[in-house]
Amino acid sequence: MRPEVALPILIPLLAGALSLAFWRSRAMQRGIGVVGTGVMMLSAWVLLYTTWQEGYLVMHMGNWPAPFGIVLVADLLSAIMVVLAGITGFATAIYSLATLGKRHEHFGYYPLMHLLLAGVNGAFLTGDIFNLYVWFEVMLVASFALLILGGERAQMEGAIKYVTLNLVSSALFLSAIGLLYGLIGTLNMADLADKIAQLEDPGMVKVVAMLFLVAFGIKAAAFPFFFWLPASYHTPQVAVSALFAGLLTKVGVYALFRVFTLIFSLEDPFTQNVLLWMAGLTMLTGVLGAAAQYEFRRILSFHIISQIGYMILGLALFTPLALIGGVFYIMHHIIVKANLFFISGLIYRLKGSYELRELGGVYRSHPWLALLFLIPALSLAGLPPLSGFFAKFILIRAGIEAQAWWLVGVALLVGLLTLYSMVKIWSEVFWKAAPPSAGKTPEPRTRNDALLYLSIGGLALLTVLIGLGAQPVFVLAEQAAAQLLDPRGYIEAVLGGEA
Amino acid sequence: MAFVVGGLYAAAIYMILRRSIVKLVIGLVLLSNAANLLIFTLADMSRGAPPLVPLGALQPAGAVADPLAQALILTAIVIGFGVLAFAVVLIHRAYEVVGVDDMDKMKDTDT
Repeated sequence: MRPEVALPILIPLLAGALSLAFWRSRAMQRGIGVVGTGVMMLSAWVLLYTTWQEGYLVMHMGNWPAPFGIVLVADLLSAIMVVLAGITGFATAIYSLATLGKRHEHFGYYPLMHLLLAGVNGAFLTGDIFNLYVWFEVMLVASFALLILGGERAQMEGAIKYVTLNLVSSALFLSAIGLLYGLIGTLNMADLADKIAQLEDPGMVKVVAMLFLVAFGIKAAAFPFFFWLPASYHTPQVAVSALFAGLLTKVGVYALFRVFTLIFSLEDPFTQNVLLWMAGLTMLTGVLGAAAQYEFRRILSFHIISQIGYMILGLALFTPLALIGGVFYIMHHIIVKANLFFISGLIYRLKGSYELRELGGVYRSHPWLALLFLIPALSLAGLPPLSGFFAKFILIRAGIEAQAWWLVGVALLVGLLTLYSMVKIWSEVFWKAAPPSAGKTPEPRTRNDALLYLSIGGLALLTVLIGLGAQPVFVLAEQAAAQLLDPRGYIEAVLGGEA
Repeated sequence: MAFVVGGLYAAAIYMILRRSIVKLVIGLVLLSNAANLLIFTLADMSRGAPPLVPLGALQPAGAVADPLAQALILTAIVIGFGVLAFAVVLIHRAYEVVGVDDMDKMKDTDT
């Protein structure tokens, strides 16, 4: 019985309930927002440390023994993801203190944020496939409401697309669960992994695997299911965008990692080929979409897609090194991407626009901000010594070792085009002189900008730290990948462990 | 049952592909019901065998229906209902804000 596995889910749930209780008091909600996410982040670090020390942590909910009750399982990948969720949540809570208007805070921004985090952590930690569906829905419902908070026209239009495609994906996921349950008669992921090998109907298993692939592919915004993402991610408040960009698609990626290492084997060449193609095309379409855009947040949204491609590439190559690269990439990406959205919000506050053509001269007026932008931007493009370089380096090395020349070529090309996009933002927003008709009037600086710099600077520092201290991070990713490659350990920990 | 499920899926997809957002939501309703019915069908429908344990016994007498599938469907129905309530409010608000009931005219965020 390991209660610390449940803490990263319970803390945000409790914080959400508390901030609902203080519905009328903005100050209380803001306080709970920061403290709740902070404590959640701490509990996540504790979980990572314990998992590192002791291996798999399993908690049987309600003391039902494993294949019958719902289990929460923390292996290293789950623990890493929970820590990243904690970091992003905490940074977002601090950032939203300074950016959100009264209107948003009064309509339940903080309770929804906590619920979203609870859903995300639940999805990372559960060991039961139907429970995974439930956490997905918790997360989705919270994200729907956050997306339309504010009620502008663009938000409504974006939300319709987002809601529709995500509901379709949920329905597919549910159908896949139904089929799997009909085939095998269990929902526990470890039990499924154990029994699916003995099944004599490989065709049916493949069908179910493809259904899961499509369902999670929609959530992860992989090619060809990504259309909802650039249509909606740039519409809500920046704090919300950053939280979504950091976490939501990565839940889909995590689910792909979990399901396709544990339950369905990637040794089947058909599944692997589908994933490889998906990875390559996702990288390429994302970055090409970004190259055509001139709106700050839309460029970033398209880059999420191309980065998702790298992560799926790590999974699809399915060698030890490639999985390490995938895990490393997720760690690097979540922090960098949330930070870039934060910066776009700060620039909007300073200059009153997201359009690159209307911006300019930020380097002259705010040189430090320019430096803070360069760190995540160059890291995203993969320049040494920042975190993105090592992530890309591991993946490409793995690709060369697996002799997947085409994919290596695509990955390198996409890296170059990412650099092009980032340089475009740099030269348009920071370098060129401010255009004479400098857009709309900037928002009045009512509250302290220091909070914004605090969360941006903190995340930038983490990016540099991951880059400079790549060795320990690599070892961590190596262990996580080793656990992924050895599903027996997971199965034994869940089924044979303490009851 | 298989035909009913298949028909529901087909109808749902047809409705989702229509341009009107009201029909889109109807399509989503059908889709979630189709998924629920699929689970129900797959988990071996058995007639007149409630999963009850007789008084004093430790296990039910003979084969019984699988109660877990019904628990799953119940959960899925509740979630689906909540999400659909949200979707209905969303299209209402969207109609108020945008003023059209036509997906083809909602392209502001795409370009």
